[in-house]
Amino acid sequence: MGKVQKSVADLKPGEKGTVCCFKDEIMSLKFLEMGCLPGSEVELSHKAPFGDPICIRVGGYALSMRLREAATIMLMD
Amino acid sequence: MAPSTLLKAALIGNPNSGKTSLFNQLTGLNQKIGNFPGVTVDKKTGISKLTSSLQAEIVDLPGTYSLYPKSADEQVVMDYLFDAFLKGAPDFLIVVIDASTLERNLLLFTQVRDLGFPVVLALNMLDLAERDGKKIDINKLIGKLNVPVVPVNARTGEGIEQIKFAMACPVHNPPERYLKPSELSPGVVSAIKEHMKMDNDYMALLLAHQYEGMLSLSEYDKAAIHAIVKDNQFQSTSTQSSETLKRYDLIRGIIKDTISTPVVSSDKARWSERIDKILTHKVYGFALFFVVLFVMFQAIFAWAQYPMDLIDGLMSFLKNIVKDILPPGSLTDLLTEGLIAGLGGVLIFIPQIAILFGFIAVLEETGYMSRVMYIMDKVMRQFGLSGKSVVPLISGVACAVPAIMATRSIDNWKERLITIFVTPFMSCSARIPVYTVLIALVIPQKPILGVFNLQGVVMMGLYLLGFIAAILSALVLHWILRSKERGYFIMELPTYKMPRWKNVGLAIIEKVKTFVFEAGKVILAISIVLWVLATYGPKKGMEETTQAAEQEAKVKHYTPSETENFIASKKLEASYAGHFGKLIEPTIKPLGFDWKIGIALITSFAAREVFIGTMATIYSIGDQAEESETVVQKMRSEKDPETGQAFYNVARSLSLLVFYVFAMQCMSTLAVVYRETKSWKWPIIQFMFMTAVAYLSSFAVYSFFK
Repeated sequence: MGKVQKSVADLKPGEKGTVCCFKDEIMSLKFLEMGCLPGSEVELSHKAPFGDPICIRVGGYALSMRLREAATIMLMD
Repeated sequence: MAPSTLLKAALIGNPNSGKTSLFNQLTGLNQKIGNFPGVTVDKKTGISKLTSSLQAEIVDLPGTYSLYPKSADEQVVMDYLFDAFLKGAPDFLIVVIDASTLERNLLLFTQVRDLGFPVVLALNMLDLAERDGKKIDINKLIGKLNVPVVPVNARTGEGIEQIKFAMACPVHNPPERYLKPSELSPGVVSAIKEHMKMDNDYMALLLAHQYEGMLSLSEYDKAAIHAIVKDNQFQSTSTQSSETLKRYDLIRGIIKDTISTPVVSSDKARWSERIDKILTHKVYGFALFFVVLFVMFQAIFAWAQYPMDLIDGLMSFLKNIVKDILPPGSLTDLLTEGLIAGLGGVLIFIPQIAILFGFIAVLEETGYMSRVMYIMDKVMRQFGLSGKSVVPLISGVACAVPAIMATRSIDNWKERLITIFVTPFMSCSARIPVYTVLIALVIPQKPILGVFNLQGVVMMGLYLLGFIAAILSALVLHWILRSKERGYFIMELPTYKMPRWKNVGLAIIEKVKTFVFEAGKVILAISIVLWVLATYGPKKGMEETTQAAEQEAKVKHYTPSETENFIASKKLEASYAGHFGKLIEPTIKPLGFDWKIGIALITSFAAREVFIGTMATIYSIGDQAEESETVVQKMRSEKDPETGQAFYNVARSLSLLVFYVFAMQCMSTLAVVYRETKSWKWPIIQFMFMTAVAYLSSFAVYSFFK
């Protein structure tokens, strides 16, 4: 367990990642129904002023969320 | 001849799927707004003419991503479907699908289909999908889904006739079962089915998840389902997540051959993203937002003036006609001073409400409003609010009633409650006339920095004061209220679109109707009650007062109209309202107010602008065309009986101004807060809190300037 697993909150604008799993089960229900699924490719589109919330592209549309929420979407290495 | 058959249908779909545009296309102006039973979420129903002998009554359900509700808006969808399920209505569900995000949109479709409802699928936004380089083979989709699929363009109206045709000539397909709930949790599903005596597996599963919040479920059934769920150790969260994953697997299988996606998304799809980079920029983004706000307020204050003057004129005209036609007496007075005056008090606000909500509708239609929520969220969160609180707070400048209704989209209860609590601090239209009169009274028309006018600056300051009060109160509540409930800000930022003026127009009509029916009926009722209180009093006292006043008028050689006004003012003093005013005088004395202002404070409960009418009566001005100017003159010449100086000095007027900024003087708002929070607890706390803030601030201001 050397490396800390990255989450969507760690992405930089323009950076892409693939969703691996969720850290918060109840929050994951909302992400799932919004089409943000394990295996989906996500790209950090832009951040709001003050760096929070953020907007990602997933499934062909723009999805905004708070950083705290984004930190529960874990990415594959 | 009236068409004989009426089909029942409902529109269901994701937010931003174009559901409301389609609803507007199908029904046009044949819409009415009611309430869903038990909740206050607006129920929009419209009639669509399908053929010469067939009509459909269509309900526009709030947008939702799934049948697992996460906000008050979404709960309505589930309650409606469960009700419909029990009653065997509706005949149709029209599922509106955004073709550009087909995969996500089909989730709701498969859920609805599993409930066994007859479904027509309206495939919207194909142009957007094509712009993204996606090609959808509609015939294949029909084959796979086994339901009528109608390509539509809800913006232009393309495909509307085909939707009507699909409803008029239904194809009865055997209900498809996408998911086998019995595999997910066998014991629970069969036990609930047996208890509820129903045959749908999926509804049984949904009940296992949601029985606690279901409106139409009896306490007995809830207890039974609770026992079943407990006995079987039903895991709601994990079952729901495996259901969603399974459904997405199925959907991917369905759309694999029907949709061809480009390898890289085309440039045009990125168009919205590029605009976002500017509109959500930390400098340009905020700058633009403030420009938008400025234009909006300018419009409310400048443009609304003409229609408002017109309405005012019409009401006086009506009043005079009634007075001329009917013989003088109590009934005529009730009609003119109670009913017509009350009605005028409602109608006068319509222009401002229409303009403000027109603006908000345009901002929502274009997709800009989501960006405002996005850039404001971090700031608002410091005060326990959400980015989504921006719309209610802005709307509060017109009227708190529709503003509080607009908090329903906030899915976190604490954030929503705080927004509801602080919105009435925003200076609403009803305060404007009061501000205008009091500012004219003590603030000189002096230029400041060459371009601004001191009166205008003070007016702006009052709005700012209201806003600061709202924000600080939110902060206080944020500290007091502890909540473990999660707040979501997971929301779609829709692509930018040109506004559809038809949608904007219908949205304005909807909000104005809400205001007239929700606030209007309370204002009207209270106006009449207040008229009674101000006209009648303890019987003996009233007669004596009238006689004494007549005598005094004769001695002082008043003209007939002066006499009339003098008597009216004396009568008001002797009336029940006058007694109330005197009753509360000791309490408001520290703020510099006398019993006359006390009467005005009480009557302001109908709507704050009643203040002026009351002042006019108290100072025996009567009905004159330029009422507010005369009121200012009369108030200015009023002397303080103790000092002999002007009664409305700077201290008193500022104290009164501050009181009107903060005080909760609106029964309609309290009624709406009661309905939205479902208890009297919050309106009572709100009333006491705002009154306390108003009282203490007025006291401070009066003591300081005295």
